[in-house]
Amino acid sequence: MAIWCARLSVDRWRLSLASEQGELDAGEGADANPVALITETAHGPRIAAINDAAREASIRAGTMLADARTLYPQIQTAPADPAGDLALLEKLAVWAQRWGPWSALDPPDGLLVDITAAAHLFGGEQRLLADVTTAFAKRKLAVRTAIAPTAGAAWALSHFGRTGAQPAIIHGQGDIMRTLIDLPVAALRLDSDVLTVLRRLGLKRLGDLADITTGAVNRSEAAARDAFHRRFRNRKSPSANPLIRLDQLLGRVPEPLLPVVAPDMPLVQRRLMEPLRHRSLLDQVLSDLAKDMARSLEGRGEGARRLELGLWRVDGEVIVRRLELAAATRDPAHITRLFEDKLEGIDAGFGIETVRLRASWAESLSHRQGDVEAAAERHGTSLSAFIDRLTVRLGPQAVRRPVPGASHLPECAQNWRPVLEPESASQNAFAFHQRPLKLLNKPERIAVLYASPDGYPQRFRWRGNVHDVARVEGPERIAPEWWRQKSTVRLRDYYRIEDAHGRRYWIYRHGVAGDGRGGAPDWFLQGLCA
Amino acid sequence: MPCLSAKDITALSKAREGRWRPGLSSQPWHSEIFASERDASGAGVALALARDALRFAAEGHDPLAEPEDRRQVLWVQDRRAVQRGGRPYLHGLPDELRHRLIHVEAATPEDALFALEEGLRCRDLACVIGEVVGNPRALDFTASRRLSLAAEQHEVALWLVRLEAQADLSSARMRWRVEAAPSEQPEWNPDASGAPAWKSELFRASRHAPGQWTMSNDKRKLRIRQSDITRPANSNSTATPDIGHLVRPTVGRSLAAVARV
Repeated sequence: MAIWCARLSVDRWRLSLASEQGELDAGEGADANPVALITETAHGPRIAAINDAAREASIRAGTMLADARTLYPQIQTAPADPAGDLALLEKLAVWAQRWGPWSALDPPDGLLVDITAAAHLFGGEQRLLADVTTAFAKRKLAVRTAIAPTAGAAWALSHFGRTGAQPAIIHGQGDIMRTLIDLPVAALRLDSDVLTVLRRLGLKRLGDLADITTGAVNRSEAAARDAFHRRFRNRKSPSANPLIRLDQLLGRVPEPLLPVVAPDMPLVQRRLMEPLRHRSLLDQVLSDLAKDMARSLEGRGEGARRLELGLWRVDGEVIVRRLELAAATRDPAHITRLFEDKLEGIDAGFGIETVRLRASWAESLSHRQGDVEAAAERHGTSLSAFIDRLTVRLGPQAVRRPVPGASHLPECAQNWRPVLEPESASQNAFAFHQRPLKLLNKPERIAVLYASPDGYPQRFRWRGNVHDVARVEGPERIAPEWWRQKSTVRLRDYYRIEDAHGRRYWIYRHGVAGDGRGGAPDWFLQGLCA
Repeated sequence: MPCLSAKDITALSKAREGRWRPGLSSQPWHSEIFASERDASGAGVALALARDALRFAAEGHDPLAEPEDRRQVLWVQDRRAVQRGGRPYLHGLPDELRHRLIHVEAATPEDALFALEEGLRCRDLACVIGEVVGNPRALDFTASRRLSLAAEQHEVALWLVRLEAQADLSSARMRWRVEAAPSEQPEWNPDASGAPAWKSELFRASRHAPGQWTMSNDKRKLRIRQSDITRPANSNSTATPDIGHLVRPTVGRSLAAVARV
């Protein structure tokens, strides 16, 4: 089933207005006037989507806004939001799984839902389509829907089918061409340059294309067909090759689609060096597999409800045994015992070379709380578990490790990295100088009393208190990194000082008097020594 | 010289035994250090005590332990502690801790306590250092009791630095009050400040008598400045200086084994 949200962006824009003006149906309120959603391009604003009123005012999507203004000066504009549209489409795709187990995005504004063997749940395909229409109408989204045996046919029918009384349903594989014969070739989901080629060749309808590719009545038609095949022989991408697209539409070649929610099934297998012929060995392999499966299920916090055991025989036969479980379980002994009954009377032939166990249906099964907690109580948690717990609660930015950075500037000489990241190679710093135990986030300005501008500090005021300097070591001059910083950055002269009470600090004078980079140098306190 | 009765002597020796000194085998698992936020003395003492304890543990008991201790050290700060006192600086840390520090910056004291407790429950950590400013409501007696229990159960030591805090109710086994002290003159440059020193007062301890010392972290080892060793509170006359161990502690080997050799 294909669902085409024909005016997704405009509908979304209208619904976004709902907070200001209340719920709006199509054509009410602001939607009654011609509105164009515009995107900024290199050549100016271009119209991305228009509403019905704008269409009646003969404005087309894809034209420049300036051109549209000449046609209809009163047109109102709003910015288009393709990312938001895609996000809505993703939500819709998950929501549309109410009609089928499997759905795929069809950007920019379509959805594909696989309703194989699901239509009877809604009372037939017609009722299903009606249900889809009402459900989308409730969300005030304009849609066109179609059901067909292949995704391509459903897409073509939903986009280009006639809007009429009868529902857009194709029942059998044979009906596809009969129903779609009049649709334009654009219904094949082709690139625009390919469409141009086809138009120049005079192939306008699907029927024209189908005639060329299949039936050849006389020599000239056969020559034309060969030429056509040659023309597209090197085009491997389906959207660039109308022949592949046509085959996909008719169901002759498969068309892989990317589902929205990919089911990821736990799967374990053993490939055996020697083919197995005896039951006892097979039981051993089975119990190993069950243990592997239990481990992988445990990692996902799940338990198996249905298990499939596949046995690949040397002679090409595959034996499959299925097992359904009443409640989710991941007990390897339990699984092994159940399969042992199923494996009675199995024919190994010349031997079994591969055994695979797949949990095609798994349900979440939480770890048994008591055991895990008891283990943690007894042995403590591991480092990675501890880091995980901290990052989950405090955020990844809160749990970090200092690593050396390649810089002379003290604040740049250490970087903060995630804890479990491998340590990158770094050069050892020279241990000529003692560094403070703690570094303030930002150097704090201090007022310093000194005997001479380039001499030792004698007294300073920091955070409202006055400190008398008792001992000084310095200066240690750290010049700016000229290869990184501007030429006007001043150097720093660091002093390690101790005040009369024994408190030790790391302060610096920012610049030298008369260095031509500003006035009298300021003093800063950057670090606290132990 | 006044005579000492046998009773006095036993009391004195007991008191001396009970006094704290660096390198004790039985370090408590949960200590609190009260310090000012205007200097790094709290963190310095915590690191010095932690290294003292870790060194003793490394000397030690377990023949299967790795020769080099590679376990991580957790340092938790709440946001106010970071704002007031800054973050630890890699190049200023002791060499052996430089490459195994995990720093946690918690937004609130509650988060800091959570991180501390999780750290105490982690078997791969060597020790935990925490810095919390003031007396937050979350850090009440119950919270400190939780920390004590977790530390004792998993045998991970915690030094909690309380910056600018009142010493309210707590279950910490040792409680220190420290402030910076003038350092000793270094060997080569008399004008410079030397190895860091702290005036530290042990005002509450479960096993030791309270006392005051000037500790310094000289030559990578925590030691007590000899001149400042105070006497036991009950004896005011007998000057018996604590000259440390007279006999080497017999830890991990039996005396009989030596005698046989």
